[in-house]
Amino acid sequence: MTAGPGVPTREPSPARSEPAGSGSRRGSRLRTLTRVLPLGPATALLAVFLLGPVLWSFYGSFTNAALTGAHARSQDWIGLDNYARLFADPVFPLSLWLTVLFVVASAILGQNFLGLGIALLMNRANRVVSGIVGTAVVSAWVLPEIVAAFVAYAYFSKDGTLNQVLAGFGMTGANWLYSLPMLAVVLANVWRGTAFSMMVYRAALNDVPVEVTEAAMIDGAGGITRLTLITIPMIKNSITTNLMLITLQTLSVFTLIWVMTAGGPGNQSTTLPVMAFQEAFKFSDIGYGTAIATVMLLIGAVFSIVYIRALRPGKE
Amino acid sequence: MAPRAVPTSIASPRKDVSALVSNGILIVIALCFLLPLAWLVLASLDVKASYQTQLPAELSLANFTAVLTPGLTFLPLWNSVLLSGGTAIVTVVASVLAAYPLSRYTMRFNKPFMYAILFGTCLPITAIMVPVYSLFVRMNLLDSLPATIFFMAATSLPMAIWMTKNFMDSVPISLEEAAWVDGASAMNALRRIVVPLMRPGLGVVFIFVFIQAWGNFFVPFVLLLSPGKQPAAVSIYSFFGQYGAIAYGQLAAFSVLYSVPVILLYVLVSRGMGGSFTMSGAIKG
Repeated sequence: MTAGPGVPTREPSPARSEPAGSGSRRGSRLRTLTRVLPLGPATALLAVFLLGPVLWSFYGSFTNAALTGAHARSQDWIGLDNYARLFADPVFPLSLWLTVLFVVASAILGQNFLGLGIALLMNRANRVVSGIVGTAVVSAWVLPEIVAAFVAYAYFSKDGTLNQVLAGFGMTGANWLYSLPMLAVVLANVWRGTAFSMMVYRAALNDVPVEVTEAAMIDGAGGITRLTLITIPMIKNSITTNLMLITLQTLSVFTLIWVMTAGGPGNQSTTLPVMAFQEAFKFSDIGYGTAIATVMLLIGAVFSIVYIRALRPGKE
Repeated sequence: MAPRAVPTSIASPRKDVSALVSNGILIVIALCFLLPLAWLVLASLDVKASYQTQLPAELSLANFTAVLTPGLTFLPLWNSVLLSGGTAIVTVVASVLAAYPLSRYTMRFNKPFMYAILFGTCLPITAIMVPVYSLFVRMNLLDSLPATIFFMAATSLPMAIWMTKNFMDSVPISLEEAAWVDGASAMNALRRIVVPLMRPGLGVVFIFVFIQAWGNFFVPFVLLLSPGKQPAAVSIYSFFGQYGAIAYGQLAAFSVLYSVPVILLYVLVSRGMGGSFTMSGAIKG
C-alpha cells in the first residue's frame, strides 16, 4: 500500500512463537527494534498532535497567554492565577452545573433509555417497522454535526416546526431557544445521539439467548420481571460501555450548542466547551481558556480511567 | 459467545397485542426523529423557504442552482475532500503499520500501548482545541492544511488502530509464515499478503475516519482561517452567519449537497458490515 520505512529485516521468522536460541543478545535487540519500527509513524503523530496539546494544556493554564497584544507572543508564568480566577468566576459553577445537567439529561437519561427502549421494542416489532425506525434514528446521527445543528435550530426556533406541531394540537409553544435553551439543546442532543445507544443495545440484545428469556416466561415471569431480572443483567457490560462512551461524547459537544444558542441567552446554556471557546477566542484570553480546557481534560480522564478499568483490554 | 441469536421469541400468547403496541410506539418515535429533517428536504426545494416546515408552493431546484457555484460549493467541498481524504489516508497507513507489530508479535509494551490507545479514544477532543490552537500559533502551523490533516489523523488514530488491530487479528498468520519461508521481509508480507486480505476491514476504517473528518466542524473552524482553505462544514457556517437575512432555502440546499456523500458512504459501510455495528468489535475489546 505504501512504501513503509525500508527496514532491512535480518530476521525472516517473526512468528509468534520463537524457535529457541535465535541469535545473540545484540541480535535480539536489533530484532526488537525492527519489529517496533512500524509503530513509529503512529507514535510520532500521537505524541506531537495529541500528547503535545495535552501537556501544553497543563503548561498553558499556568500562563497569561493571550490572542492579541503583548502576551500573544511571549507569555509569562503566572502560577495558579488562572485557576484562582476560575474558581472565583461566577460563570464557572454555572457552566459546570450546565455541563453536568447536559450530560445527565441528554446522554444518561435521554439517549441511554430511549436507545434501550427502541432496541427492546425492535425485537418485538415487525421487520419493516424496525427497519424504518432504525433508518430514522440513524439518519439524525449520520448527518454532519453542523447540518444537524442547523436542523435543530430551525426545529426549535420561534416559528419553527415544533411550534407548528404544537399549534396543530391547539397549544402555544414557547420561544424555546430563548426561554428554555437548555431543554432545547438537551432534546436536540437526544435526537442527534440516540442512534449510538440504539445500535449498541441492538447488538447486545442479539447476544441474549432466547432460550433463557423463554424459560423465564414459562416459569411465569412477566415482561417487566424478565427485563429487570434477566435481560438487563445479561447486557450489563454493554450498558457500562455505552454509558461511558456517550458520557465522554456528550461532554465534548460544542457545535450543536454553539449553533443553536451560542451559550446564551446570557450564559444560560454555556457548558464548559462553550465557555473555554468564548474565553479563549472571544475574549482573547488563551491562558484562561486553557485552564478551563485542563479542567475538562481532567474530568474526561477520570471517566476514561473508570471506563478502561471496567473494560480491561488485552487480556493476553 | 452466545449460541445462534434468534431475533424474536417463538411462541407467546400475547405476542400479537404486544407486537401491535411495539409497532405503534416505534412508528411514533420514527416520526419524531424524521420531523426535524422534513424541514431540510422541503426547504431545499422551496424558493420561499423560512424556518417553517411547509410544502413548497412549487417544487424547484432554484436553490441548488443558486448555490452550485465554484466559490460557494465546489471549492469548500473540494477542501472537504482534501481534508477528509488526507486524514483518512494518513490514519489508515499509520494504523496498518502500527497494528502489524501489535497483532503479530508478543511484546512487553503491547499491553501498555493498547491501554494508552484506549485512553486516547476517550479524550474529549473539544477540550484540547484551545491548547491546540496556541500550540499551532507557536509552531507557525495555523492555517496549514497539512498540519490540520495530521492533527485530525492523530485524533482518529486511537480508534483506527484499535479497529485495524482487531481486523488484522482475524487474518490467519499461516499465509505469512509461508512467505517468510520464501524469504519475504515482514513489511513485504504485510504489503503483499495481509493488507490485500483485510481490504474490506481497511475500507471500513477508511470510511469511518472519512465520515468523522467530513462532519467535523470545530477543528477546521479553529485551525483554518483563510476562506480559500476552509471545508464545507466551516463555509456553511459563515454562509449562515454572515448575511442579515438568511437565505434558508439555499442554506438547506447546501446542507443537502454537503450531507449526501457521507450518507452514501454510511450506507456502503452498513451494507458491507451486514448491518452490524461498526464499533462493536472495538467495544468488546
